[in-house]
Amino acid sequence: MLSKRIIPCLDVRDGKTTKGIKFKENIDIGDPVEMAKFYYEQGADEIVFYDITASSDRRDIMIDVVRRVAEEIFIPFSVGGGIRTLDDMRQVLLAGAEKVSVNTAAVRDPQIISGGARAFGSQCIVLGMDVKKVGASRKVPSGYEIVIHGGRTYTGIDAIAWARKGEDFGAGEICLNSIDADGTQKGYEMELTPLISENVNIPVIASGGAGNIDHIHDVLTEGKADAALVASVVHYGTYTIKQIKDELHARSVKVRMRW
Amino acid sequence: MIAIIDYKAGNLKSVERAVKKLGFVCRVTQSREEILKSERIIFPGVGAAGKAMADLKNLGLNSVLEQDFETRKPILGICLGAQIILERSQENEAGCLGLIKGDVELFPQPLFDEGNERLKVPHMGWNGVRIHKEHPVLEGITPADEFYFVHAYYPRPASDDYVVGTTDYGIEFSSVIGYKNLIAVQFHPEKSGRAGLKILSNFCTWNGRYAE
Repeated sequence: MLSKRIIPCLDVRDGKTTKGIKFKENIDIGDPVEMAKFYYEQGADEIVFYDITASSDRRDIMIDVVRRVAEEIFIPFSVGGGIRTLDDMRQVLLAGAEKVSVNTAAVRDPQIISGGARAFGSQCIVLGMDVKKVGASRKVPSGYEIVIHGGRTYTGIDAIAWARKGEDFGAGEICLNSIDADGTQKGYEMELTPLISENVNIPVIASGGAGNIDHIHDVLTEGKADAALVASVVHYGTYTIKQIKDELHARSVKVRMRW
Repeated sequence: MIAIIDYKAGNLKSVERAVKKLGFVCRVTQSREEILKSERIIFPGVGAAGKAMADLKNLGLNSVLEQDFETRKPILGICLGAQIILERSQENEAGCLGLIKGDVELFPQPLFDEGNERLKVPHMGWNGVRIHKEHPVLEGITPADEFYFVHAYYPRPASDDYVVGTTDYGIEFSSVIGYKNLIAVQFHPEKSGRAGLKILSNFCTWNGRYAE
């Protein structure tokens, strides 16, 4: 039986993580390679890197990070942020990432999903969706709208329709990020996540809002998510990946327990 | 030298990186001579069976694999490489290498788990392997170990004799196949953490003998 995945997410700017791991012992590691290794050894099932480097002429720094990560960890990892072209995808995949995620670029032109899927296989292409609750309307029947630019720009696209379209275009997975829940540590988006998951036949990673193990448990059960993205809750040392997994396992959620 | 066969079927770097990390000498190659001279072969692959077979034939590598299989050289098939060793695939209705009798089928849909939850296809993520027979390449692997899978089609060998391990995903399918000097895994050992690396390192020292 398939395990639910626990996936730490690292934001990287100019080759450094923006949030180091802060533990009671006050270790602060800002190196994405060291952090990836740390989470790999702790039982992370996959790792997501999100490149928030502002300037595109500094992309080489990220490619170098990807290359170094690939030397150290032997689980899948994905890279998102600033992927605009098939060539961007190729560089990241050749450097050793298993998957790339596209978000804004896919909203602008969904052909990047199909182009990527044709060139590299659907299993490599993750559709990142940033959503905001706006209330149901004729244009947005689900009440959840796709937003870009970190939530500042509304697109008029309905989240469920977009998820289905992404799947039709060849996305192999969806990473559903709730802008409302992101950073609150008050729990994942529990209304939309199951709706999306039931409406597509590809895995859905829930993102945004994890503050405790109940949240993670709930999104992986009632929320019907296939995987849970975690950030602050592990970076700040509230829990280790192992503690999260031990607790989920104790509550009968199937997770990978040996690594 | 270990030859990692390059027939344009996906990114082979991760396999190469893992094997090098383990301290073995390997080369990603599509040269017939180099492959024939190698001590062992890793045969990876992502993508569609039809295209993979066409590319293999265009490069003249299908006959190399057949020949090396006959000479008892250890061969490891990974993912698509664990499928096209069979006789045919439902994917693109492709005729395959036929090193092992059997075929490759698409997961039936709809697919449900034992709790009656609908399962998505492709089968993607971490899952376990039930080991039916001891195999040198699986030495040290326990029922608690899990591996990273990504596939919509699964191998169906014609006889249980070939089945070394199975995995449950709505149905029970053969995830590890072994026959003579050929061992094939449906998952990606290079992406499966310590357990996956253990399988790769076992393969890299295996003498190619099994159940003889």
